[in-house]
Amino acid sequence: MELPNTLPRPDDELVTLERAWQFPSGIRFLTEVNNIFVGLVYVGAAFLFFLLAGILALLMRTQLAVPDNTLLGPETYNQVFTMHGTIMMFLFAIPAVEGISVLLLPNIQAARDLPFPRLSAFAFWAYLVGGLVFFCSLFFELAPRGGWFMYPPLTSFEYDPGDNADFWLLGIGFIEISAIAGAVEIVVGVLLTRAPGMSLDKMPVYCWAMLVFALMVIFAFPAMIAGTALLELERSFHWPFFVADKGGDPVLWQHLFWFFGHPDVYIIFLPAAGMVSMILPAMARTPLVGYRLVVAALIGTGFLSFGLWVHHMYATGMPQLSLSYFNAASMAVSVPTGIQIFAWIATIAAGRLQFKVPTLFILGFLFVFVLGGLTGVMLAAVPFDWQAHDTYFVVAHLHYVVFGGMVFPLFAAFYYWIPSLSRRALSERLGRWVFGLIFVGFNVSFFPMHITGLLGMPRRIYTYPAGMGWDLPNLLSTVGAFLIAAGVGLFLVDLIRNLRPATTRSIGNIWDAGTLEWLPNGNYASRSIPFVTSLEPLWDQPNLAEDVAAGAYFLPGAPTGYRETLITSPIHARPLYVLQMPGPSWAALIAAIATAAFFLLLTIKWLIPALFAGGVALIMVIRWLWTTDPGPSQPPVPIGCGIMLPVYMTGPMSHSWWAMIVLGLVSATMFACYVFSYFYLWTVSPGMWPAEASTPASDAEVLRSLLCLLGSAALLHYAQHALASRRQPPPRLCLALSLAVALLVGAFVSDLSSHWESGLRPTDSAYAAIVYVLLANQGFFVAVVLVMACYTIARSVAGLLNHERRATFDNTRLFWLYTMLQGLLTLAILHGAPRFL
Amino acid sequence: MTRHSPQSWLDAPTDRIQSVLHPQTPVAQLIADLGWVMSVGAVVIFVGVMVLAAYAVAGRYRERVARLRFIVGGGIALPLLVLSGLLTYSLVTASRIVEVDDTGAVQVHVIGHQFWWEVHYLKPDGTIDAATANEVHVPTGQVVHLQLTAQDVIHSFWIPNLAGKLDMIPGRTNMLRLRVDQPGTWRGQCAEYCGAQHARMAFHLTAQPPADFANWLAAQRRLAALPKEPFLQRGEHLFLSADCGQQECCADCHTIRGTSARGEHGPDLTHVGSRHWIAAGTLPNNAGTLAGWIASSQHLKTGSHMPSFDRYSGEDLRALAGYLASLE
Repeated sequence: MELPNTLPRPDDELVTLERAWQFPSGIRFLTEVNNIFVGLVYVGAAFLFFLLAGILALLMRTQLAVPDNTLLGPETYNQVFTMHGTIMMFLFAIPAVEGISVLLLPNIQAARDLPFPRLSAFAFWAYLVGGLVFFCSLFFELAPRGGWFMYPPLTSFEYDPGDNADFWLLGIGFIEISAIAGAVEIVVGVLLTRAPGMSLDKMPVYCWAMLVFALMVIFAFPAMIAGTALLELERSFHWPFFVADKGGDPVLWQHLFWFFGHPDVYIIFLPAAGMVSMILPAMARTPLVGYRLVVAALIGTGFLSFGLWVHHMYATGMPQLSLSYFNAASMAVSVPTGIQIFAWIATIAAGRLQFKVPTLFILGFLFVFVLGGLTGVMLAAVPFDWQAHDTYFVVAHLHYVVFGGMVFPLFAAFYYWIPSLSRRALSERLGRWVFGLIFVGFNVSFFPMHITGLLGMPRRIYTYPAGMGWDLPNLLSTVGAFLIAAGVGLFLVDLIRNLRPATTRSIGNIWDAGTLEWLPNGNYASRSIPFVTSLEPLWDQPNLAEDVAAGAYFLPGAPTGYRETLITSPIHARPLYVLQMPGPSWAALIAAIATAAFFLLLTIKWLIPALFAGGVALIMVIRWLWTTDPGPSQPPVPIGCGIMLPVYMTGPMSHSWWAMIVLGLVSATMFACYVFSYFYLWTVSPGMWPAEASTPASDAEVLRSLLCLLGSAALLHYAQHALASRRQPPPRLCLALSLAVALLVGAFVSDLSSHWESGLRPTDSAYAAIVYVLLANQGFFVAVVLVMACYTIARSVAGLLNHERRATFDNTRLFWLYTMLQGLLTLAILHGAPRFL
Repeated sequence: MTRHSPQSWLDAPTDRIQSVLHPQTPVAQLIADLGWVMSVGAVVIFVGVMVLAAYAVAGRYRERVARLRFIVGGGIALPLLVLSGLLTYSLVTASRIVEVDDTGAVQVHVIGHQFWWEVHYLKPDGTIDAATANEVHVPTGQVVHLQLTAQDVIHSFWIPNLAGKLDMIPGRTNMLRLRVDQPGTWRGQCAEYCGAQHARMAFHLTAQPPADFANWLAAQRRLAALPKEPFLQRGEHLFLSADCGQQECCADCHTIRGTSARGEHGPDLTHVGSRHWIAAGTLPNNAGTLAGWIASSQHLKTGSHMPSFDRYSGEDLRALAGYLASLE
């Protein structure tokens, strides 16, 4: 059939669609999981943290305005600078780019929502509650004071015995959860929920940027999770990973932290670059020049950013050869960024730039970010870094790249996209003042810091003596900081006067932009899902907006009566099936709050209430999952244009299969970080490792664990056959699963007990500690499999599992297979390495 | 700047004694040169890109900029060319810094503490020849091996005028090779955040002609002189007394070689009177500041590990400070 479909639409179609996507009324608005609501509050919360951390920055700048100032004492100042960095990086920058993608990504792809709406809501609420409590630790002198990088031993039990550092680990815990959840959403969202026809070569640059972002989160955050796990274990139970006297090494933390921390800078920057590549073509009214090069640059940046973490550690005394490699890699990463900058300039040249506020912020971004990139190249040069490292030169550089590379595009994005979500646009007149104040203030504040640093002023000092030549530049920096604050304050005025969020009747496409988020939309996004034939469909496909709004394209209604979106194939975006999506839910909200409470209570060491909260969280997650996996609840439904699609799918084309793969990658990376730590500590203190004769377990014990694992694998395989062959799963399935999980637990207990009985204790040495970490990691996965297996058995008993309705079983099986593989590798490392290496 | 003797350095302008921009050794000069070359290059590139962007906005033939060839040239070819050159320059500079003629090096062991520097001069067999704190002396024209480590948390050893920084990490020893050719005194400061008083963890390095250095080292090696004046004897008695009214007294943490004071937590005070600063570069050293420091260290340097001893009478405090000031 021809598109657009010219047949009149049935009368009740729009009503059904609106009813399915209706915004819950009254207090139940808290239960909404739709991406527009969650995205808006997500970005709002991130911006709140930007303001709070900004206030902390003003406190610091006031303290440093004059030498020997006594406004803030050392203890307070150290908490303030630690919180400023931590909040800006973890509670503002990452959540902000994630929130924006929750808000915009589905609309840019004309999807009705992200594939896991409740997961987004869960991640948001856990982040908001956890973040606010974390911030409040400042008021009780309990805030962390070890710097946002938290180097042990300063942050370990001996030199920071209070709860302060634990609050940092807590704050990070939330952002780890929400970042991983976001990565799952975004990978699956970008790959499987694009509008039909939006093949990879027609995918907007922003989607590419978010895909690379999500992949980077998958490979970077696990290092952070591993690092924070080790630090918390050392703090709470004195497992000596970083204690030199017991064979540990403080530098191990730095490797893990920066293996995450450096990609993290690009995790913040790439989404912003993606936004620039969306906004600039619209403001210049011309397609992006060099689309393919820009996409290649994004991917290249993602790869390279994992090879430069050591440039934060040039001064730790590493061999010259390693430093040379990282010097080269750190310089190389500027090439893909250069490509993007020249592509933007070329785009400006190709079109006619309209000087609206978003344009101003993008030009400001180019100015500031190019400068920051150039000082970045300077810092990549090892000898120069030996001088500049940990001075105000670096403070200047990092603000030029992060404030320049992320905050300027963010403001451009606010001014650019708010018309798509608000009944009024922001003010052009106020916006120019906002830009002017922030741009001038930024440069007045941060440019002098280059000089202050080279004049010898180290970072993270709460005061400085007079007469060092630092007085004037510091005063200037303070003046600039207040100018920025004035600009941000004026922006708030603009928001209050003009931001009127509305999912329907927004002012709409005032820029005459070409991408799909500018389609007329409601809570359900666009009325129908267009067939896309170009990168800027609104420019190239005449009358598209009207036809989409008239329901002339795919899925113009809600054929199942519930919230749903189209799942399309990853490369060519061919329609595969209609995904039925969960709607508003108290379960996700309560689960999030209980999760936050669980970690908070753990931090202040109220174990019983913490366990209670953890139990509530688990029950709520199960409650919310129970209604998912609906099975093929009805026959294939029409999505318009004569196409019938199934409403359920399992296996490699289903969204949940992809989510499990992503989770597997996260788990594997985390495991790899522990394995890295094992071998790293071995090279640092080989004397701690057992000689071949004194390995903690006998060959027989190892064989016992191995047989248990293999038995579990065989039974799982049998269970899969049992499920596939019969319509109703026989009791044999449940029996096989029960035995298989028992063997898996048995393998773990067997290995754990062989270590324990040999007398090895985790507090003995770095060797013992890392061995028990590998065991504990395996134990954690086994526990998760245990829960998943019980859940699967319960669904089988409840009659919710059969040869068709089997996503639950498939997901459990994938995670199970991963856990067994990890178990085998753990065995091989713990017993094989000391025996054979 | 380079000419003043160690005795007159208090009068020297302080805004040049802790500065990357005023290099005083060949190594610091190499780095400063690299910094200048890169700064000038950065300015040129920055201005070029900005001019290009302005041209793209409003230039007459701006459509010529809107080409793929331009992106490939400006974004790939040019950076690769410039960066290859810079990488070579950077690596050559690094290797020139690391390659130092090592013969006959003076061995100094510097240990970072929260928030001060312990300094040991080593004999050829590695045992301690002399101990001091917060002050490093080196002979001019000779290579000095500074063996850097830390007692508690990570610190970083940095004298901007003389060399790049090098971390002091518990359990590891990093070696900084330093050669200063002209006499002078420079200020160094801890460059790795190390806790409450990271801001006030400074030290001074004095380079002096080899003969002066040898005299200084010989003086440091000596045991503390016994005080002759009764007032100073009273000070010594107070220092060594275990009954100072507080849990820990002077001698629990400090050593004065030649007396019974054998504490190891704080700086060695055997020749504290010869130093120009106290409290790791926080206060100039004289009997008055010493008395103030003893009585209210927690006020002057909140969070340092030296408690305030505010129970001494004024007379006792003066005696104690006078005794310490006399330990030259």
